[in-house]
Parts: sequence; structure tokens; C-alpha cells
Amino acid sequence: MMTVTKHVTAMVGNHAVAYAVKQAKPQVLAVFPITPQTTMLEKLAEYIEKGELKAELIKVEGEHSALAAVYGAAVAGARVFTATSSQGLLYMTEMIYWAGGERVPIVNAVATRALAEPWSIWDDHQDFFSKRDASWIMMMAENVQEAYDMTLQAFRISEDKRVLLPVMMGFDGFILTHTMERLEILEDEIVNKFIPPREFNLIDFNDPVNVGPIAAPDDYMRIKFETMKAMEGSKEVIEEISKEYEEISGRKQFGLIECYMCDDAEYVFVTAGAWTGDAREAVRRMRSQGKKVGLLKIRVVRPFPKERIKDSLKGVHGVVVFDREYSYGIGGILATEIKATLYNSGIDVYSVIAGIGGKDVRPLHFQKVMEDVLNGHKFDERWLNE
Amino acid sequence: MSEELIPEYIKQKKVIRQQYFFRGNAACPGCPIPKELDLLLEVMGKKTVLVVPASCSTVIMGDIKGSPSPVPVVHSAFASAAAIASGLSRQLRMRGEDAKVVVWAGDGATGDIGFAAVSGAAERNEDIIYVCYDNEAFMNTGIQRSSLTPFGAWTTTTPAGKREFKKPVPFIMMEHKIPYVATASIAYPFDYQAKLRKAKDMQGFRYIHLLSPCPPGWRFDSSLTIEVAKLAVETGVWPLFEVVNGEFSLTGISKTLLDKSKRKPVEEYLKLQGRFAKMSEEEIKVFQEAVDSMWEYIKDLVKR
Ligand code: SF4
Repeated sequence: MMTVTKHVTAMVGNHAVAYAVKQAKPQVLAVFPITPQTTMLEKLAEYIEKGELKAELIKVEGEHSALAAVYGAAVAGARVFTATSSQGLLYMTEMIYWAGGERVPIVNAVATRALAEPWSIWDDHQDFFSKRDASWIMMMAENVQEAYDMTLQAFRISEDKRVLLPVMMGFDGFILTHTMERLEILEDEIVNKFIPPREFNLIDFNDPVNVGPIAAPDDYMRIKFETMKAMEGSKEVIEEISKEYEEISGRKQFGLIECYMCDDAEYVFVTAGAWTGDAREAVRRMRSQGKKVGLLKIRVVRPFPKERIKDSLKGVHGVVVFDREYSYGIGGILATEIKATLYNSGIDVYSVIAGIGGKDVRPLHFQKVMEDVLNGHKFDERWLNE
Repeated sequence: MSEELIPEYIKQKKVIRQQYFFRGNAACPGCPIPKELDLLLEVMGKKTVLVVPASCSTVIMGDIKGSPSPVPVVHSAFASAAAIASGLSRQLRMRGEDAKVVVWAGDGATGDIGFAAVSGAAERNEDIIYVCYDNEAFMNTGIQRSSLTPFGAWTTTTPAGKREFKKPVPFIMMEHKIPYVATASIAYPFDYQAKLRKAKDMQGFRYIHLLSPCPPGWRFDSSLTIEVAKLAVETGVWPLFEVVNGEFSLTGISKTLLDKSKRKPVEEYLKLQGRFAKMSEEEIKVFQEAVDSMWEYIKDLVKR
């Protein structure tokens, strides 16, 4: 492994992502202000104003246009970036599907936040998970460092010719966007080598094409089949790129999932996002009491890393899945997907719904639920709303 | 067909008028859209990108197997054409390409669902040419009223005739203080092309509103498209004007129509079209009065 010079600083999540974006050198950005993403937009505007980033920042009149504008720019070959949250992500939804359908490279940072109504500015994952069928690659960061790292990797993954899918990077609103944490940043040169300029575009005046026209049923289904293959194939690419990132950063990246003390664990937490840190703390505490528990963090939500999850949960008795969002009428979204993944494996799946609308969740909550499970208390789904 | 079999006069025609938009597209008989695009591309040239939101033109542009367009076409979701064009134009500029980005949108995509994006792009003065080809209803879905459907017109969602007046989008665009706003009609191709040429040579957000008669939607015989387009202008229903950097002026025959007596009665325009067939005398009077009062408004603009 090469030696890496570390530049250690501290930043809030929004600024860490903005810094990564600056280093990735996009040509066109379009952002609309929405809490809690706004300070990132301000930072990007500042970079451009100061001449630190040579890019066009389109100050659009709404999120639908934000994604449309970067879509247009990406079609013309630009590296593009946008960011949003909550209602803004919903407002973008039509274009989210449009961009996913056309398989245009875009990076969209989503500061996750609860959805109205009632109004809530606090964190949960309902906005993010509502986009899971739009053929976007979706990743969730655990902390400010990972939000920075993931943003850089997202550009590479999205623009990789074997993938060509837009990428959404979720990071918990306020919990990560506004919290200052220690951050190791890479040198610009290293980033430039990791993400070389985007080379291709769809607008060629000598060979004009029709971008996004009508497709008859046979063609439509064929195109969707291709998208499915690109999505499945991206798993390998994501792992390859995160390996490469490990080399240049000297930091462990885990590709699709991360396992903490899974090897001999009997019961394992499954999480995605910022509260993974709390779950890890709970595992640490319980391990010190000699309890065989572990943690599986889902880093990439789409494509869902079914194979990796199955592999790492071999021999486990049960998993406790924490969901910060809910599919009304069926259950916690991650829990449902884990159940599907573990079908016929004999592993029990316990679903916990917590942290909705920013409701506080601490390591103690994780511990308490796990204690219950270890004491033989069986349940299908439990809401931590007391 | 081999070259020898082509009669001389057709061969001559070929060199006189180069066709920019290919024949054999999916437009209805009598639809002016292919000709309008043809005239547009003749002025704009090959280095043009068309951005086309959901509309009849989406269908006319063909499916993934092929397109009648000689220039790149970016299809857009209904509400997003002006925003997609903004991004395209910014990136083409970053690439150093001297290319034109032209939005080709219907009245619904412009005045209704996409209005926020159009207004936003105009306010930002994006470097794009926005052409609204106005067939005065949602035609592609089967003739449903839009905010640009005129008063009294039958549509499938206004079976007794529309009660509201047409949204005055060209005037609203004028109020955005953009570098160029113009109206046009397919019956006056030279006027239309002159305006396109002017727009092409300018920078910033340029808006052209083109009245585009639709035989099945307006219920007239497909041989009468140009006749109807012409009467719209002659009766004063569709004034031809342009606003260059805030300077308003009437163009072509509309210059002579400030004098009310020079304008043909609106009836002549209405009676050719089945969509106005059920209008009462009273309603026709209301229609005429609305046209007259628009001309009073125009008089003020000309004076300014
Ligand atoms: S419905 Fe009207 S506007 Fe649409 S293609 Fe047919 S004639 Fe043209």
C-alpha cells in the first residue's frame, strides 16, 4: 500500500460534501435551498464566487428544475451535482425517474429528513427510501468522513462506463449535515487522478441522436432489462472502486456492506446511516459483557447487496433490523428487504421502527432491544415510540 | 427512384429549398409542425439542439428506432424543458461550443405545467431560444383545454365552450424583460424566419410564440391550415409583433391593424373552425370585444 499524507481538519457534513464536490471538479451544478441542505448550497456558491471551483451554478426556481438542469448538462457531457432533502426530493421525483431511466451520470446528495405532513425538519429516512425503485444507485453514509468519501466515489461509480447510473448519497439531516467531526481530506492531485474528467456526451452534431424518445413495448422492456443488468453489475464496480479508494486514502472502505464483530455473533443489528455509530457502541458495550452480538451496516441500499448479506450472516441465529422509515401497510423497508434476502435461511428477523421524525435514539435503545431478543422475547415488529 | 426519372422541375425544387426536417414523420395530415420545424432549422443550422417536452412533437420525433430530425433532440418530461435547456446551454458554453439550444414546446408545457420553469429560465436570462408552438389545447392526449385555449372553444373538457380567456403568455414573457419576445404565424413564414434570425443573433432568453393551427383539434379541413393561420392574423386575433430589448413593434400585416376598420371581423376566423361552431352571437361579441381591448393594450405598447 502506498503511503498517504493525511490532511486532518474538522467540518460539518454539508461542508465536507461541498468540499468533495469542489475537488471532483463538476462543470454544472443546480441547487435549490432546502433545510437542512442549504449550508452546502451556500458553500458551493462561495467556492464558485471565489474562483476555487470553475463551474456553472444554476440557481433554479425549484427542485424539479434543479434535477432537470443537471440532467440537461449531463446529457451534454458535464460532470454534475445537485443536493436536496425531504419535500425537495419528492418534488424532484419525476426527474429522478427520468434521469435513472436515461442512465445519465448524476450525483445527488440527499440530506435525509422526514416528510410532511405534519411538517418536520428533523431526520428520518422516509424521503430517501421512497426513491428505491428509480434505478439510481443509493448509498448511505455513517458519518461526516464517509459522506466525504462517498461523494468522491459516487462520481467515479456513476460515470463508470460499466455502470452509467445516477447516484444518490444519503446522509442524515442535521445529525451529519450540521455536526462538526474530524475529517481527513485528500489532496486535490490525488482526487484528480481518482476521478479523471468525464469524456463522453450524447450531443454530437455530426451524429445526432434522439435522447429519451418513445419506446414500443419490446424496446422498452429490453431497455429496462439492460438497466437491471447495469444495476447488478455495479456491485462489482462499487467494490472495485472502494478498494481503489482504500489505497489512495489509507482508510478502510467496505464496499457494499460493513461487518462489525459478525464472525462469531449469534445476533446481529442491521442498520443504514448515522445511527450505525450508536449501534456499534451498543455492540461494544454488550461484547464487554460477553454477549455475542454484531453489527451489519448497509452501505449501499441499491443495488441491494443480497449476496454479501447472506454470506456475512451465515451461522447467525437472528438479526435485529433498525428502520428509520416505514412502508405503510407492509413494514420497515430494510426489514422487509432483509427478510426477502434471508428467505429460507432459518435466521429470525426482528424489525424495529425508531427515530421517525428525528425521535432520539441512543446506544441504550439498541442495547435494550437486543437484551429482549437475547432473553427469548420474540416479536415481528416493534415501534420505539414511547 | 433513379436520378433520371425525377422530372426537371422537382430537381430544381430540391436545390431551391433544402429540406431540414425529414418527410414521413408521424404528424397528422395538415399539421404545420413539420414545416415550422423545417423553417426553424433552416435558420438555426446544424449546430442546434432541440429540447422537446411531452407533446405532439414527442410523437412526431419518432421512437428509438429513428428520428426525422437532422439535429440532436433531447426529450423532456412535461414540466422541465426550460430547465433541461438551461443545463444543456450552460454545458455547451463550458465546452466552448457555439451551438443553439432551442426548446420546442406546446402551449400546455409552456403556459401550464412548465410555466414555473419557463419563468425561472427567463428570470435567469438563460441563453436559450424558447419556441412555443401554440395549438391551443392538449392535442396529443386528445384535445383537452389548456390555459391557452381561447374563450368559446370546444374541447373534450370544455364541451360547452371554454369560459375563460386565453392566458396572454407572450405579454407575460414580455414583462420578464428578456432580450427578445415575438409572436409568429405559419401563414407568414418570412416574418417567422426573420424573427428566428433575429433571435439567433442575440444572447439570453429569447421567446417566440408561434400560433400553430391543428386540423383535428380545431375541427377544420386539413387543407385549410394556412388559411386559418392567416385569418388569425388578419382578424387581429393573433397580432404579429416583436419586443427587442423592451422595444415593442408590430410586424408585417399587423402593423396596419391598429386601425380597427382594417381588421376583419373575428367571425371570419371562427366560422372556419368546428371548435367554435356552438358559439352564440353573444359569445362571438364577447370574443370580438376581447380582441378589440387587446388592441387597445397594444396601442399603448406601440406608443411607449
Ligand atoms: S393533433 Fe394537431 S398539433 Fe398534433 S400532430 Fe395532429 S395536427 Fe399536429
